[in-house]
Amino acid sequence: MEYIQNYQTLWFFLILILFIGYSVLDGFDLGIGALLPFLGKSREEKDILINSIGPVWDGNEVWLITGGGALFAAFPHAYATAFSGFYLAMMLVLFALIFRAVSMEFRAYDEPRALIWEKAFIAGSALATVLFGVALGNVIYGVPLDDQMEFTGNFFTLLRPVPLLFGITGLAAVLLQGATYAVMKTEGELQKRSFRAVGILTVVNIVTAVIYFFTLVVTFDDMVTNWVFYLGVLFTMLWLSAIFFSVRHQNESAPFWESSFALMGLWLVAAAVHFPNLIKADNDPLLSLTIYNSSTGLQTLKVMSVIALVGMPMVLAYTIFVYRIFKGKAKASMHY
Amino acid sequence: MSALFLARLQFAFTICFHFLFPAMTLGTALIILISESLYLIKKDEAYKKITDFLVKLLGLIFVVGAATGIVMEFSFGTNWSGYSRAVGDIFGPILAAEGVIAFFLESVFLGVLLYGRGKTSPGVYWLSALLVFIGGHLSAFWIVVANSWMQTPAGYVIGESGKIILGNFADAVFNPSTVVRYVHTILASWVTSAVMVAGIAGYYVRKGLHGQTARTMLKVGIILFALTPLLQLGAGHAHAVKVINMQPEKAAAMEGHFNTMKGAPIYALGYVDVENQKTYGIYIPRGLSFLYNFDWNSEIKGLNDYPREDWPPVNFVFQVYHIMVGAGALMIALGLLGAYLLWRGKLYENRKYLFILPFLIPLPHIAHETGWIAAEVGRQPWIIYKLMKTSQSASVVVSAGEITFSLVMFALIYLLLAVIFLKIFIKIVQKGPAA
Ligand code: HDD
Ligand code: HEM
Ligand code: HEM
Repeated sequence: MEYIQNYQTLWFFLILILFIGYSVLDGFDLGIGALLPFLGKSREEKDILINSIGPVWDGNEVWLITGGGALFAAFPHAYATAFSGFYLAMMLVLFALIFRAVSMEFRAYDEPRALIWEKAFIAGSALATVLFGVALGNVIYGVPLDDQMEFTGNFFTLLRPVPLLFGITGLAAVLLQGATYAVMKTEGELQKRSFRAVGILTVVNIVTAVIYFFTLVVTFDDMVTNWVFYLGVLFTMLWLSAIFFSVRHQNESAPFWESSFALMGLWLVAAAVHFPNLIKADNDPLLSLTIYNSSTGLQTLKVMSVIALVGMPMVLAYTIFVYRIFKGKAKASMHY
Repeated sequence: MSALFLARLQFAFTICFHFLFPAMTLGTALIILISESLYLIKKDEAYKKITDFLVKLLGLIFVVGAATGIVMEFSFGTNWSGYSRAVGDIFGPILAAEGVIAFFLESVFLGVLLYGRGKTSPGVYWLSALLVFIGGHLSAFWIVVANSWMQTPAGYVIGESGKIILGNFADAVFNPSTVVRYVHTILASWVTSAVMVAGIAGYYVRKGLHGQTARTMLKVGIILFALTPLLQLGAGHAHAVKVINMQPEKAAAMEGHFNTMKGAPIYALGYVDVENQKTYGIYIPRGLSFLYNFDWNSEIKGLNDYPREDWPPVNFVFQVYHIMVGAGALMIALGLLGAYLLWRGKLYENRKYLFILPFLIPLPHIAHETGWIAAEVGRQPWIIYKLMKTSQSASVVVSAGEITFSLVMFALIYLLLAVIFLKIFIKIVQKGPAA
């Protein structure tokens, strides 16, 4: 019994890592998408911004696909309950992701409708980001479940204040990811504007993060004694503050890393609140889906561990290799 | 309409749409790898132009494939949560393996193919073409494993409360139908791109566009077009034998075969009257028995050996299956004709043949889609053959209204994608390989 619990715990953290990887990497290209109208003032500047993510966005999205697959494989009940329960919200996520993916390509080729595709890219990026945050907020805050592990609420159950706050906090963090990435990949006027955006968004993030921490302490009574929670708070705030110094010194690449670490801090806080729950039941804590009652068998978890421990280091190695190929400033005419 | 029916309709629609695109990526990645390798060996600029042209098409195809693929992964949770709960132990790790082992590889190096010309050495660029090829074929492998396991489940044990638990992962992955299905599906994708490339190049040559580059492209396309459907005949045969062995009632439905008998006929065309248990059409007497094990008198099981409620829709399966085989036969003939013309040095002048080529581009897609539909509908009423019924697998909390909404949205969005995709595809083709 002890034995399978080790694997269940391991998989809680491995899936957490996949989602963190997704939010940090796809976070910057979602952020570029949502910020496009604010950072890019001309067609050329917008081209530069889109080209800065062109070669890598698809690989970034695979972190989501793999995270979803891992959730399915390790905790199928959580996957089934959340995806079927939040059906309409999930469909909106899909529509947003579809439009976002194709619009970059379509914008480049479908001249007459280039502006429409640009809007689809912006809206898709922002909507997907907010919905991910809201979905996470709901499973952490709690949703009504029955004794068959099925969700008993409706679409509007999802739109309560605390989950919405997760959505806003996530959006703010992703915008900062995008702005700091833009600082790293652009030059001249565009970079100056991005630096300014980083400054503003850092302030916004400090505000949203403080509200987020405060809300969690009030909502979950055992937080006050949870040291991981404080560690996460400290981590987030330190890295967010560090961004101010980097901006002051016009450091081009540090803000991106600092923003990424701050985002990890937010995740750490969420994990501290959530573990070992996967989907909290707010009607009766005993109905919650936890890592213990929703997982697959020992054999599956073992096979998955081998695949992950052999495969993910390789993925990391060649991802870094490819990012190095595209190191340096993005250009307007990079499109193939 | 019931929620179950709508869920099936939505799944069938979204998977059929998704599959149009991966079917093109795999073969296109192969032809890119061939032309980039030839470029490195022969240093002939024509090959470089072919690579660069096909990479543009691949970028477009890939992005629609990826966008519609995520829908498929989500659909197991959103629409088939009963299924996901029951088979998470086996199906889950296969999908996760696809992500870790295949999708990352393909997507990350596709970025290099699309944007990396001139940013890296020719060697690294070639390596990226190789890795995109490998990544794509690995992803097809894992998804075919997932599907094959539903067709011929293996490597599992039934645990307490009837849950399906993983026994031996290798047995589950290499279940009895994985290898034949994989070979057949991969070849089908190669046929698809061979015809696509030959069709485009045929158009250029007939119009006198892009000179030597177009001819080289046509040559590569025609050689593959001659080879792959022939190989497919062999693979299809092996696959059919597998189905007769593993899923005899499906095989019987494909041929409209009701009574178990020695020396069963095979139909080229026909119609199945299920009420009267009669099949009409053009047939070869004892043909099915012969093809099964090259013995005109071997015994083939008929549908009547199985309970009526376990039959798939017989005439429908018969028809879609025969469309695939018919399309395959037509392509074998046309591919060989092209190879003959090439061999006699008449290909570039034969305007009739060149005229027909572009119109063949949809044909492999038709074979592909009908083949899958025959395989999937032929498995009904089972979602996992003999283990779980489709009716037990849908999400309980998702209402018919919700699915109607999503289905209508998918229909509209996919229609839009299809139209814009075609416009851009034609635009890229019209621009052609750059000088
Ligand atoms: C270009 C596409 C294409 C072509 C030309 C053919 N097939 Fe095919 N066929 C497929 C594409 C395909 C497919 C879409 O890839 C399927 C669906 C499921 C699968 O494994 O492969 C398939 C399934 C499939 C099945 C059913 C497998 C099952 O139920 O699990 C059989 C028996 C055959 N094929 C046999 C043939 C034969 C005898 C062909 C004669 C030339 C043939 N196929 C040509
Ligand atoms: C890519 C080509 C494929 C096509 C065109 C296809 C087509 C279909 C169709 C038409 C159905 C509906 C059958 C019915 O309702 O009577 C179906 C069912 C299904 N197929 Fe496939 N399929 C494909 C591949 C796959 C693969 C690779 C998988 C597994 C990963 C899969 C999993 C399923 C599932 C879960 C269902 C359940 C829904 C149902 O039975 O209605 N399919 N498929
Ligand atoms: C035999 C049937 C299938 C094959 C061969 C196949 C293959 C592929 C390939 C090669 C890609 C890469 C993108 C592209 O090339 O367009 C892709 C994308 C995708 N497919 Fe399919 N697929 C099949 C059916 C399915 C099914 C049933 C699912 C559902 C689980 C699925 C899920 C996905 C996902 C999530 C992506 C996005 C990957 C990315 O962003 O790179 N596919 N598929």
